[in-house]
Amino acid sequence: MTGDMTMRDVFFEECEDLIAALTEGLTAMRDGSTDSETVNAVFRAVHSVKGAAGAFALDDLVGFAHTFETVLDHVRSQRLMLDDRILHVLQRSGDVLADLIDTAREDLPTNTAQVDPVLADLQSFLGDAPAAADDFVFEALTLAFDAPADAASTHVVTFTPNAAFYTSGNDPVLVIAALQALGPSRVTVDMSALPTRLDDLNWQAGLLTWQVEIEGLGSDLPILEVFEFVDDLCALRVTSSDTEAMAPADQLATSSAQLPEDDTAEPASANLQGDTPDPKARNAADRSGGRAASSLRVDPERVDRLINAVGELIINQSVISQRLQHANLPNAAELFADLDDYKLLAREIQEGVMAIRAQPVKPLFQRMLRIAREAADATGKMVELITEGEGTEVDKTVVERLADPLTHMIRNAIDHGIEAPDRRVAAGKNRQGKLRLAARQRSGSIVIEIADDGAGLNRPKIREIAVSKGLVAEDAQLSETEIDHLLFAPGFSTAKEVTNLSGRGVGMDVVKTAITALGGRVAISSQFGQGTTFSITLPLTLAVMDGMIINLGDQTMVVPISSILETVRPKAADLSQIGLNNTLLRIRGEYVPIIDLAERMGQAVTSRDMTDRVLLLIQTDSIPQCALAVDDIFDQRQVVVKSMQGNYGEISGISGATILGDGKIALIIDPEAVAHGNTAYTVTNSHNGRDATYVTAC
Amino acid sequence: MSQLAELQKSERLEFVTLVAGGQNFCIEIKQIREIRRWTPVTVLPHSPDHVLGVINLRGAVIPIIDLAAKLGFAKIMPTERHVIIIIAVEDRIIGLLVESVSEILGVDAHTVRETPRGPEDTTTRAILGIIPLGDDMTKVISLSALLNPTNQVAA
Repeated sequence: MTGDMTMRDVFFEECEDLIAALTEGLTAMRDGSTDSETVNAVFRAVHSVKGAAGAFALDDLVGFAHTFETVLDHVRSQRLMLDDRILHVLQRSGDVLADLIDTAREDLPTNTAQVDPVLADLQSFLGDAPAAADDFVFEALTLAFDAPADAASTHVVTFTPNAAFYTSGNDPVLVIAALQALGPSRVTVDMSALPTRLDDLNWQAGLLTWQVEIEGLGSDLPILEVFEFVDDLCALRVTSSDTEAMAPADQLATSSAQLPEDDTAEPASANLQGDTPDPKARNAADRSGGRAASSLRVDPERVDRLINAVGELIINQSVISQRLQHANLPNAAELFADLDDYKLLAREIQEGVMAIRAQPVKPLFQRMLRIAREAADATGKMVELITEGEGTEVDKTVVERLADPLTHMIRNAIDHGIEAPDRRVAAGKNRQGKLRLAARQRSGSIVIEIADDGAGLNRPKIREIAVSKGLVAEDAQLSETEIDHLLFAPGFSTAKEVTNLSGRGVGMDVVKTAITALGGRVAISSQFGQGTTFSITLPLTLAVMDGMIINLGDQTMVVPISSILETVRPKAADLSQIGLNNTLLRIRGEYVPIIDLAERMGQAVTSRDMTDRVLLLIQTDSIPQCALAVDDIFDQRQVVVKSMQGNYGEISGISGATILGDGKIALIIDPEAVAHGNTAYTVTNSHNGRDATYVTAC
Repeated sequence: MSQLAELQKSERLEFVTLVAGGQNFCIEIKQIREIRRWTPVTVLPHSPDHVLGVINLRGAVIPIIDLAAKLGFAKIMPTERHVIIIIAVEDRIIGLLVESVSEILGVDAHTVRETPRGPEDTTTRAILGIIPLGDDMTKVISLSALLNPTNQVAA
């Protein structure tokens, strides 16, 4: 990878953060927060994008950002008063800016049809003082921040690139050239750090210090802009003859003193940038970037490796405890106490590692704000999206892979759920529809709810369509839940016309597949006329779960503890037969159907007698209680989940596999699918048929 | 057809020859990850006859397929003498149970011939071409055709 590529990647990564800050600020402005700090934050984000984009010659992006920034500047200086129209245009501009960054990232041509109208709207606010939109590029930087123009003075820039500066492919000559372009300047180099003997020279360390004196600058901002991408790669110090105005540089001055020493002491740390950033240099980066939260950029692969290793550690821990229990050691009490400590520590490490991957759902939810806005515009409906629990943290992979299903569901809710304003008024509701997107943690899982206050599901209609599409038999007896779940059947679409937004007949089944792939499930609750709520339940982590190790015939399998309510060894008196093949369990006055897991897993049925079995009472979101009959339970422990889908495909009733202490593979049961299996075969054959093709694909 | 052309782009080819269902076959060496002895598998529910189950290959869960059964022969009754060929195809890693592995065969690309057209069956559909070997010959297995029968029809 060339240094330039790395810089470009870093640029786009930073853009993501900047766009997030921008969206957050714009949302705050829309909600009535017009204080200067908010507007400044938005302005800074746009400005940073522009400055950095200029360095990569992304002209379309720079041009748009410039106009955007100018309007924001007018807002900031109160030359423009905020009203709904401006806010709307600003929001759309934020969207366009994000799109421009995306197209630039992919090296695609700019979608001018989309950009130009927004650009024109922005320019209309600039009115009689038309910002010359054609000659923006870099001199525009001087309008940044409120530096008094008469404070022009001599600035002295002292910078010492560290080893990482060179290894990431930067060249001090380019930096100096950029500084010289700012005004009349004089460059000197300090070579005092060089050893006198050539043998002593560590050629990888940054030993040279340059001093550039620049005259006639109003503020140190243009200088900091030059260092925008390398400020954590060199010790930087900016002073000016007018020291009063340069307050921020003081921090830098104190931090720069130590830096060169650090680097010569540790030339080995000359790794990729962002790897081991010096905390002080990091401060400087944060300050000039205008970001408050400090963070560490790490290659996700390293984290994944760590997670895998921790997974193996946990397997190893269960192997050792298993072995020791079998060893029947005398006086082993202390050993087992130590082993418990080991277990706790392993758990702690695991939680810590998982926390690295955990991310708040906030950015995801913010993207949904935009989706909702666009969907509402396209359908002519009035919708307010309320988000709750933005701070809820979920595994990074989950956050990423939730984006598509959530987009689908939000669009669906607006397109099909929420009614047109007039119909809402006629139904006695507020003109503006409410869509609530909420995330919260609930005992080992994350629940995400998408609730609209729209028309609710029209169940007779859904049933009718499903029958007409051959998804269910005409005389099938379906419960409400079963009818609701028809929405997820492949090829089901209630939209009479195909719209841009939804109704292509692929939507909800794709949503369901995506969520199932994450180990989650979707439930629907709906009241006709009152609205519909979709709740997505997801596991907190993808990699490790608590499982109950069971015996089934000659196989060992795992059932997730999260779905088990209790285990029962049934007495003959508690069992009653229904016909030849079905048995009910009576527990606390309730009757619960028993599912023979061995039979469901395709094993030969040896006996219908349940008295010598162990029953696992399970409950899931969409299925009322049922009991899984297994031969025996022999342990409860953490297992590392390995996916089967990559190499084999989906198996009905199995969510994955794990490797036991003895190296054997145990399949992990998906209780939901097993319990659902009762009805799935009768409701839709296509589900069954699809599984069959999956299997033969191997 | 196009797969054969693709194969013939390189000059020199190497194959691992094997026996499945009592017949000679070969697989291009580039697609083979490793060869190991049979180890007992964990049986998968609802799986077709040719899928034996899964094994633990250094922490990864790998499905094992009976190549003979997959090609339409009788199932192999696996013993310790049988061999599993671990192959990588289209991001998937799969083990093929075969009766034995014989040798590494190096040939010039042009010696690989098109399969003569005859009545199609499970075996011929999975064959990419044939290589004459003195009095005998061996058949080149197309792993993608073997594992994605539907794709092959479409192509």
